[in-house]
Amino acid sequence: MSDLDDLYQEVILDHNRSPRNYREMADANRKGEGYNPLCGDHVTVFLRLENGVIEDISFQGSGCAISKASASMMTAELKGKSKTAAHELFDRVHKMLTGEADGSGGAVGKLAILSGVCKFPARVKCASLAWHTVNAALAGDATPATTE
Amino acid sequence: MQAFSQKATAVKGFDVTRIRADFPILAQQIRGKPLVYLDNGATSQKPQAVIDALDRYYRTENSNIHRGVHSLSERATADYEAAREKVRGFINAESDQEIIFVRGTTEAINVVAQSYGRSFLTAGDEIVVSAMEHHSNIVPWQMVCEQVGARLRVIPINHDGEIVMEEYGRLLNDRTKFVAVTHVSNALGTIVPVKEIIALAHQRSVPVLLDGAQAAPHLKLDVRELGCDFYAFSGHKMFGPTGIGVLYGRRELLEKMPPYQGGGDMISLVTFEKTHYNVLPYKFEAGTPHIAGVIGLGAAIDYLQGLDWEQVTAHEHELLVRGTEALAEIVPLRIIGTAKEKTGVLSFVMDHVHAHDIGTILDQEGVAVRAGHHCAMPVMQRFGVPATTRASFAFYNTVEEIDVLVRAIHRVLKVFG
Repeated sequence: MSDLDDLYQEVILDHNRSPRNYREMADANRKGEGYNPLCGDHVTVFLRLENGVIEDISFQGSGCAISKASASMMTAELKGKSKTAAHELFDRVHKMLTGEADGSGGAVGKLAILSGVCKFPARVKCASLAWHTVNAALAGDATPATTE
Repeated sequence: MQAFSQKATAVKGFDVTRIRADFPILAQQIRGKPLVYLDNGATSQKPQAVIDALDRYYRTENSNIHRGVHSLSERATADYEAAREKVRGFINAESDQEIIFVRGTTEAINVVAQSYGRSFLTAGDEIVVSAMEHHSNIVPWQMVCEQVGARLRVIPINHDGEIVMEEYGRLLNDRTKFVAVTHVSNALGTIVPVKEIIALAHQRSVPVLLDGAQAAPHLKLDVRELGCDFYAFSGHKMFGPTGIGVLYGRRELLEKMPPYQGGGDMISLVTFEKTHYNVLPYKFEAGTPHIAGVIGLGAAIDYLQGLDWEQVTAHEHELLVRGTEALAEIVPLRIIGTAKEKTGVLSFVMDHVHAHDIGTILDQEGVAVRAGHHCAMPVMQRFGVPATTRASFAFYNTVEEIDVLVRAIHRVLKVFG
């Protein structure tokens, strides 16, 4: 498979076309704004956090296929996870996106499909924007997360 | 399309193959495909003559200028000042004292905003910019507005990306004290009718700064014919080195402006009681400048002046026309920026495909374009798009490269179904 096919796999294109959990959440108790000043990509992540568990998660925003698919898959993966588990997953995903780890062996679950991103350094920020944003939202940080 | 199958541009006497041989970087492969460099709006490539000038300076005459009594310093000073004269000729300024070397267009605008703006603008004054400015011709003015209590007014643009002149006329009033507009839009390629803009401002004795970053590589410049008070441009967009740019200012204005930075070279006498500033242009050139950059810029100007500009202009126009026709045939694609007067810029969006994804796929085909907001977020907002993909031509681009661009866009369509 070429690098490009690796990047734009059908699953990613599907999440881009029909992103999961793409909605505003009325009863969210945490909200994060993420912004990539280089390209103008923007994402808002909504969380309902109860007793340290992500009971519900959704997002909205505008961005490229990679950022949208990454955000969509992230919401699917994080729903029901504890705050601690979410942070741990963030670390593993980040390592995979930057090429430090290959994402195999189930360490990142279905998110392994994003491993092709590491071959496109300019796109790592697209894939990690939603993750930085959710991290900030979990930390209760009101300032917008950026990829810079 | 009949015209499109004919490969060479019809510009008589213009040998693009020979021109390309002057730019060593162009003869390389990217991901196994010939490089198709269509990101000239971001920065242009450098001819061998410019690379050689930098190399020669560092190998044979590197030294500090304006202060050495030794031979190397004398040579470097002479070359540095000779380049200033070349710049003067390039924009037809009256005197080389009106040519100030800075880091680039951004710094040139900041010099004017901070030096002129903070000295001569006060609370309630209005600064007029257009809706298609690069951030570098917006933010410095916003900063001055905050500092002195002035207000920023914005000339709207129409759906083709042209200045709405009637609105500009209406914006001008007794409070208007400065106008800063781009000569050519970086995001859209629009050539702005700056002479009319200047004429209207001058009727009210309002000075005008032109952001010439995108004009200098494509248009014949004559600051006296334009009548502008300040003109700012960058070396790296006009085939010269990065980190060097020019602020032209009318002497009368520069004389009354305070220095922008303090330091060496910009003084004539320093005591702890009082410092006397140097004469123009040195008053605005504190510290050791980018000597190699200035000499390299001089070499770029020599190179440009060795070209036949009638042919260059015709060739670039043909690239624009053919590129526009070719992209118009791609159905889910929309060109943003359809002004009647344009340089070779094709900014476009595609249904359901973000500019970043387009940029990545084009790169797989060896095609370098810019994807994003082009440091002109208000332009993106005006057209209701988050970002565009921008192909921007220089005279070394070819019609065949437009074919490659079109094929690469078809690959985008294939990936995104």
